[in-house]
Amino acid sequence: MSDVLLSLKGLTKAYPGVVANDHVSFDIGVGEVHALLGENGAGKSTLVKMIYGLVKPDSGEMVLNDAPYMPAEPRAARADGIAMVFQHFSLFDALNVAENIALGMENPPPMRDLAQRIKSVSENYGLPLDPFRAVGDLSAGERQRVEIIRCLLQDPKLLIMDEPTSVLTPQEVEILFQTLRKLKSEGTSILYISHKLEEIRSLCDFATILRLGQNVGACVPRDTSARDMAEMMVGAALKTPERGGRDLGPVALSIRGLSVPAPSAFGTALKDVTLTVHKGEILGIGGVAGNGQDELLSVLSGEVLCAPGEVLLHGDAIGQMNPTKRRKLGVLAAPEERLGHAAAPDMSLTENALLTGSVRQGLETRGMINWSRAKGFAEAVIAGFDVRTPGPGNAARSLSGGNLQKFVIGREVLQDPDVLVVNQPTWGVDAAAAAAIRQALLDLAAKGAAVICISQDLDELMEISDNFAALNEGRLSNPRSTQGLTVDEIGLMMGGAHGMEVAHV
Amino acid sequence: MIGLERRPQPSRAWSMATPLVAVLATMLAGGLLFAALGKDPVEAIRTIFWEPLFGEFSFYYRPQLVVKGAPLVLIAIGLSLGFKAGIWNIGAEGQYIVGALTGAAVGLAFYPLESVFVFPLMVLAGAFGGWAWAMIPAILKTRFGTNEILVSLMLVYVAEQLLASMSLGLLKNPEGYGFPGSRNLQHYDSAHNAELIAGSGMHWGAAAALIAVIFAYVLMNRHMTGFHIRLTGEAPRAARFAGVSPTRLVLFCLGMSGALAGLAGLFEVSGPAGVVSIDFNVGYGFTAIIVAFLGRLHPVGILLAGALMALTYIGGDIAQSNLGLPSAAIQVFQGMLLFFLLAFDVLTNFRIRLGAGEVA
Repeated sequence: MSDVLLSLKGLTKAYPGVVANDHVSFDIGVGEVHALLGENGAGKSTLVKMIYGLVKPDSGEMVLNDAPYMPAEPRAARADGIAMVFQHFSLFDALNVAENIALGMENPPPMRDLAQRIKSVSENYGLPLDPFRAVGDLSAGERQRVEIIRCLLQDPKLLIMDEPTSVLTPQEVEILFQTLRKLKSEGTSILYISHKLEEIRSLCDFATILRLGQNVGACVPRDTSARDMAEMMVGAALKTPERGGRDLGPVALSIRGLSVPAPSAFGTALKDVTLTVHKGEILGIGGVAGNGQDELLSVLSGEVLCAPGEVLLHGDAIGQMNPTKRRKLGVLAAPEERLGHAAAPDMSLTENALLTGSVRQGLETRGMINWSRAKGFAEAVIAGFDVRTPGPGNAARSLSGGNLQKFVIGREVLQDPDVLVVNQPTWGVDAAAAAAIRQALLDLAAKGAAVICISQDLDELMEISDNFAALNEGRLSNPRSTQGLTVDEIGLMMGGAHGMEVAHV
Repeated sequence: MIGLERRPQPSRAWSMATPLVAVLATMLAGGLLFAALGKDPVEAIRTIFWEPLFGEFSFYYRPQLVVKGAPLVLIAIGLSLGFKAGIWNIGAEGQYIVGALTGAAVGLAFYPLESVFVFPLMVLAGAFGGWAWAMIPAILKTRFGTNEILVSLMLVYVAEQLLASMSLGLLKNPEGYGFPGSRNLQHYDSAHNAELIAGSGMHWGAAAALIAVIFAYVLMNRHMTGFHIRLTGEAPRAARFAGVSPTRLVLFCLGMSGALAGLAGLFEVSGPAGVVSIDFNVGYGFTAIIVAFLGRLHPVGILLAGALMALTYIGGDIAQSNLGLPSAAIQVFQGMLLFFLLAFDVLTNFRIRLGAGEVA
């Protein structure tokens, strides 16, 4: 492209038992949007942490504007013009926008001046934001704006963005991209980390692909198909999930006018939710994170009880039944949060298999545990879903996120459910494993189970589901057939841009 | 710089080794303490750990070990169930007192009837008393969300007042010439928790402690209830997802630890102590908390820890009388044991890294 801004040469970082980065080298040009691609665990996070001064490389060097660059801490990186927007926001709900931004500054100016600067930067880049609103009242997209503006106030030369679109509706993504394009036109370089290959194709000039800590290739995303990029990431040919001809059977599970108050101050109340799912159907539920997904899963799994008639299984009221009773009837669930909710981190995989498998797999008789059968069940899940682990005796937290996700989904799928509810089934899972999980859900539906798939990955929902509905602030839209549904329509079902103005750049 | 690094999974070896390392570190630091007090450290440590077991008067001290250790183990086993689930019963001392009171009251009510049914009834009453006292924090917690640590602890002081009132009033020996304290149950055959083998110190309390160890082992390792207890302690949300009812678990754990503490109180009052008196309780309920943690909340570990704790008590007494060590020094010594245990515990989940520290 043009001149080189930052050049990485042979960066290596090893953690006990794993080499996170192995002699990674590439250049980022001035005014270039550079994509960093790779599966989970490929070493993307470690690499950007080294650039941002959070982690020190074991060997290798970096050159920034022809001068050696080795930040000892993020403060040094920021002083050199490197800024980063993290995937998880670090904002205080109770403070307003300007106060949150002031907290991250070395020498915050007086509040009135700061507010003025926030206003001017936000308008300049098409990210309207009121500096005096409390962060707790902002949508996920607006919170991200706070983080971006916090970075832009430093006038960065390189902006690092870690999976910025996972919390945005399609409309909000478009606003973000306009901002990023404007930044680029002003000469700011952007290092963009994402799983979403179509986004990268539309936004990025150049892509570097990491696999198992090594730089395995580069490409120009515009000239490369998403499938080719995915195969470079995985290092193998991809198998697309196949959907067989599906006939919808009778209604398996339905929710009638369900309202549940928010479980905590920062939870979401469910408001008058109604849905039906038939045998053999996959119902996709989309929506931006934090709009009632967790709450809906809890109501279906039995962790939160409701009036008996609000949840019906084959016409029978189950709203008052606890998770164990529902499992007995064939209603299984796999929550989003793997560690601490779907699985106990410090317990072995055998114990975690027992966690939900005790009833349906006959792992207990009158309360006495049959450990050898529990171990057998754990081994069946490990074998059936290609979970990479030395054995069922290993603790859940020793598994990588993707492997644990395969275990959690496999544990429920192998129990032969009548109704399966999953939340974010392929979150943080590499492309090959995600395809395997989606295939398992499709196979389950083909066998006559009803599947409710809650996800923020719209491509995933379009790929596997028969009908689509969206959650927005605890309300569920009317389901629509996925045949012929457009991205714009989906965006509107998800609440459009959450009242955010479209940028006028 | 020294840093700590999280292990990918807890180290089994360190989990087993920390109690031993903690005991050795306590000996070392305790030795320094005793040396600073002007005593021969080797002699002091030898007196505490060796004298009761193999010394000249060990024939007297060995049964004492059983008498001291049994209530500690019995109470600690009960506490460990709740502790594993993150339910903190700090008031075992109160449940111990109330169990002793209800058990003794049943025995005294039958006086002077001699029957084989009296003692079993007292055992039931003792367990019931402790259970009922523990149900107060349990029900307040499940109904109103109160903190069981505070409520159970405060109830200890209520129980102490109750004990004083009972030994001065309702349960006072009518033939005791006005002195406080009840009839001596040791002199009432049907109610006496006598040694099962004369001179061994083995009474029904020790037998109950051994049974409790086996029961707890089976419960925690082979039964769904034990699995749910551990699950709740490790990941409360996962436990709810698995179908555990937090309310029932609180009632079970507090009830169980209360009943076992009540049993310990009953066996003590009907055996070694004999009488309900104002100074009946000597802190077993609190020491049992240390025993439970020293034993890593594992039934067999608790058995060993109870024995070790009884040893430091008796050894400490000997050191006080033989070497003139102040009793505060012995208490510091016992405190060190828990301190070092918790400190070395870090190594189960973390390993030490020498070299440049790093933020990550």
